[in-house]
Amino acid sequence: VIEPLRVELQVNGVRREAWVEPRRSLADLLRDDLGLTGTHVGCEQGICGACTVLVDGRSVRSCLLLAVQAGGRSVETVESLAGPDGGLHPLQEAFSEYHGLQCGFCTPGFLMRAKELLAETPRPSEEEIRAGIGGNLCRCTGYDAIVRSIEAAAERLAPERPRAEEVAR
Amino acid sequence: VSDGGRRWIGRNARRVEDPAILSGRGVYVGDVALPGMLHAAVLRSPHAHALITAIDTSGAFEVAGVAAVVTGSDLPGLVGSVGSFCEEPIVQQALATERVRYEGEGVAAVAASSRAAAEDACERILVEYSPLPVITEPSQALAEGAPLLHEAHGSNLAWSRSLSFGDVEGDFARADHVVRRRLRWHRMSAQAIETAGVVASWEPATRSMTVWSNALATNMNAPAFADILQVDTSRLRLVPCLAGGNFGSKLLLGKNMCVAGALSKRTGRPVKYLDDRLEHVQAADNTASDRTYDAQLALTAGGEFLSLKIDVIDDYGAYFNLGPVHHANALATPTGPYRIGSLRYDVRAVLTNKTGQTGMRGAGTEPGNFVLERLVDLAADELGIDRVELRRRNLIRPDEFPYRTPQGNVYDSGDYERVLDLAVGDERVREWLAEQARGREQGRYIGIGIASCQERTTFTSTNFWLLYDAPSVPVTAAPETVSVTIDAAGNTFVTLAGAFVGTSPCTIAAQVLAEELGLDPATIAFQYADSQAGVIGPGPGGSRTTVMLSGALAGAAAELRDKILAIAEHVLEIDRSDLVLEQGKVTVKGSPDVGLSLAEIARTANLFALDLPEGMQSGLRTTYRYDHPFVTKPSDDRSDLGIFYGIVSHGCHVAVVEVDPETGEVQPLSYLAVNDSGTVVNPRLLAGQVMGGVVQGIGAALSEQYLYGGDGRLLTRDYTGYLLPTVDVVPREFRVVHHETPSPYTQYGVKGGGEGGRMVAPAAVASAIEDALRPFGVRVDEAPITPSRIVELVAASEQAAGAAPEAGGRSSGKRHDRDGGRASARPPSNGEGESP
Repeated sequence: VIEPLRVELQVNGVRREAWVEPRRSLADLLRDDLGLTGTHVGCEQGICGACTVLVDGRSVRSCLLLAVQAGGRSVETVESLAGPDGGLHPLQEAFSEYHGLQCGFCTPGFLMRAKELLAETPRPSEEEIRAGIGGNLCRCTGYDAIVRSIEAAAERLAPERPRAEEVAR
Repeated sequence: VSDGGRRWIGRNARRVEDPAILSGRGVYVGDVALPGMLHAAVLRSPHAHALITAIDTSGAFEVAGVAAVVTGSDLPGLVGSVGSFCEEPIVQQALATERVRYEGEGVAAVAASSRAAAEDACERILVEYSPLPVITEPSQALAEGAPLLHEAHGSNLAWSRSLSFGDVEGDFARADHVVRRRLRWHRMSAQAIETAGVVASWEPATRSMTVWSNALATNMNAPAFADILQVDTSRLRLVPCLAGGNFGSKLLLGKNMCVAGALSKRTGRPVKYLDDRLEHVQAADNTASDRTYDAQLALTAGGEFLSLKIDVIDDYGAYFNLGPVHHANALATPTGPYRIGSLRYDVRAVLTNKTGQTGMRGAGTEPGNFVLERLVDLAADELGIDRVELRRRNLIRPDEFPYRTPQGNVYDSGDYERVLDLAVGDERVREWLAEQARGREQGRYIGIGIASCQERTTFTSTNFWLLYDAPSVPVTAAPETVSVTIDAAGNTFVTLAGAFVGTSPCTIAAQVLAEELGLDPATIAFQYADSQAGVIGPGPGGSRTTVMLSGALAGAAAELRDKILAIAEHVLEIDRSDLVLEQGKVTVKGSPDVGLSLAEIARTANLFALDLPEGMQSGLRTTYRYDHPFVTKPSDDRSDLGIFYGIVSHGCHVAVVEVDPETGEVQPLSYLAVNDSGTVVNPRLLAGQVMGGVVQGIGAALSEQYLYGGDGRLLTRDYTGYLLPTVDVVPREFRVVHHETPSPYTQYGVKGGGEGGRMVAPAAVASAIEDALRPFGVRVDEAPITPSRIVELVAASEQAAGAAPEAGGRSSGKRHDRDGGRASARPPSNGEGESP
């Protein structure tokens, strides 16, 4: 029998604590213990990126990080994006407007990865967006609409900043 | 896209499905959590073919939290077999008894307090196997003395058929030229990002069961699920969850159903069983076709297509659960968009020690499209006719519709030459031709590929049995039902028969109701019917959602409109011929200020029965069942297969790729998909279906493949080996053009569009690779064609050309010089003639 360990962390701005077996992943903790089922598990081996969350602002495959490793950290999941009144985040708005999702299963991972990307590079070039999502799998959309969605969100979030491509010119 | 005077049909309406999903609040089956719920895991065979000589499950109970263990011998009495549409005595149990027939086949299942505990317990179950010879190739399966996979069937040939339509031998005898090609379509599978799953909850007191799942057609096929779970339909409630992609890969889910159902019956507690990725790749009986074709096209010297012969062997794996439906699908459009007068189709379905087939986007037609288009490209080369011109000469003409194919299926409508013109006349495509020529001079290998393909759409049920002479249940219904209720507050509730798999059924329904009744989509609430709602339909599959929902919703709207106008006539005391229902209001013609809002009428209809016309029932609701609009039975002797996939879309796609002959890498540079799916309800959503399908088709062309070792063990067991396309293979320039030739048989003239991308793209990409490698004379005869195969083919070509092998790097300029000479044999494809 493996004894559970106590984990204390911030999730979407709220302090949470749980007792978890050391072998369980952050995705397990979020989904099973905290009821945050917006984070989806597609492959359990870090390939597909559906389970991507932000830990201290950096994207992490929550299927590969042990829950106990997230102790003391700040975790953001897809549930943090929409406002308390349900109002969608500009990324979510753009994904809807540009049809950047179909079944929606991979979408939380793309949204969280895109949030990180736009925090680092507010007006990314198309190449930077492609490179940024190159590690996330989507089986429905063919990706093009996801690239457009992120471009549109960047424009809304940072309208005054030129795109990287425009700077280069 | 023309609007045809319509307000909502043809509009890029935003999806009503999106907000909940984007917020992370959609409920997929993995999100279902019930009080007391247990989690199941399955112990799987490490052998591809073996006898089970002993099982000892006692160790499993040493793990804390284990509630039940079942093996194959425990299942009878708890659940049935996994469910099948085949007529042969090839039966699959969810857990094998006596014998395992592929690697990963389930042997025992455990229910425990967590999935981890259940997996721990599986490791403590002891199974003894006695290995048997493993069959990995159809040739081994059919060889004399091969071990039989299913002794009850008596042969490893699951099923075979020789079909002939028209004067095939006469057409071949009078042909001036016959092109022959052996082509290979490798085993693939959909591998949606969400795997298959079931939560079953058995109530011992009422002997009833509720099942949440991402299975398909749970209300239409409720009797089949009742057999699988051994629970009467009156006591079985199947609840559809949002599915994280399907593409045909999640149908009955009989194994998941049986495992969760049996363990729930054993324990009296809810049990969740989801495939993990390894199970979903290796052992979910969810692969697509795995075919070897010998194909021949007979032509006149002038390039007129006369006849087509197909001889295909299909490796079905260890079971035959869907029967030969994939070949019925293929027989919807085997001669493509061309005038071909006769057809021979020989097919052998073979059993091997591999996980079995289901449908996958195209469902058996996509390899046929690939084969036909590869034959046409070869014919163009052999006859020295431009490949576009050759297609043009043979396309069915607009005045030939409805067009009857040799085998009996009828194409409803089309303008294929117009679609071809939109593709090859595209300005960017012509620029790519110039770029290709420049690239050749720089030692770059850019290729331009073209494919003209049919997309059979709007599934109906006859194709499940029409290849059997004496089917036991020759079903002919494939309805779409919808229930619409407008309440006293004027809000609308819609229940759809089909489940959500990633398409947009609610949005389509909202657009039709907005079109027909002027309802505001924001006032409509949607739900997906469980199996007891009495709202029946197979749901998504066979590219039918938009066609069938348009018919069903328009039918429901017509009934409601009748009642709305009757009430308005009664209340306003104005003859209904003077009334008009528009934008949510009934007004008097010529006096738009006089009238009643729909909300007022709904209030009256629901609450004020005594104010209604005499004899009218109160309420404002209907359940409308829309039958398939265009289908006939096959003839008894099957000389005519009947109309079974007659709503036919069409596409002409142009792919531009660059190939590196040194590494075999293929980079798609540009893709143009010109598609005709009849009247378009929502252009953006249809484009999404096309683009998603195209990228799956790029995966089929380049990377997706099941590879087995000689011992029957799968080498491509997960996403590190089974390679889905990433954004890196998506061309920067990616365009979809909708052309609209309405169907005369459907509501608004809509045709389906869900599968076309994957049905056309592999042929277009293969054509482009072959075009890029013309200097080497390489033929692309398989899908996928992987980098290592391209390197092999280039090397073989160079060897055959007598090139002196050079160690290390070769100058690309030098190679170009040499190859430039050989490339001169290429038929002209310049701006003057046809292009690309």
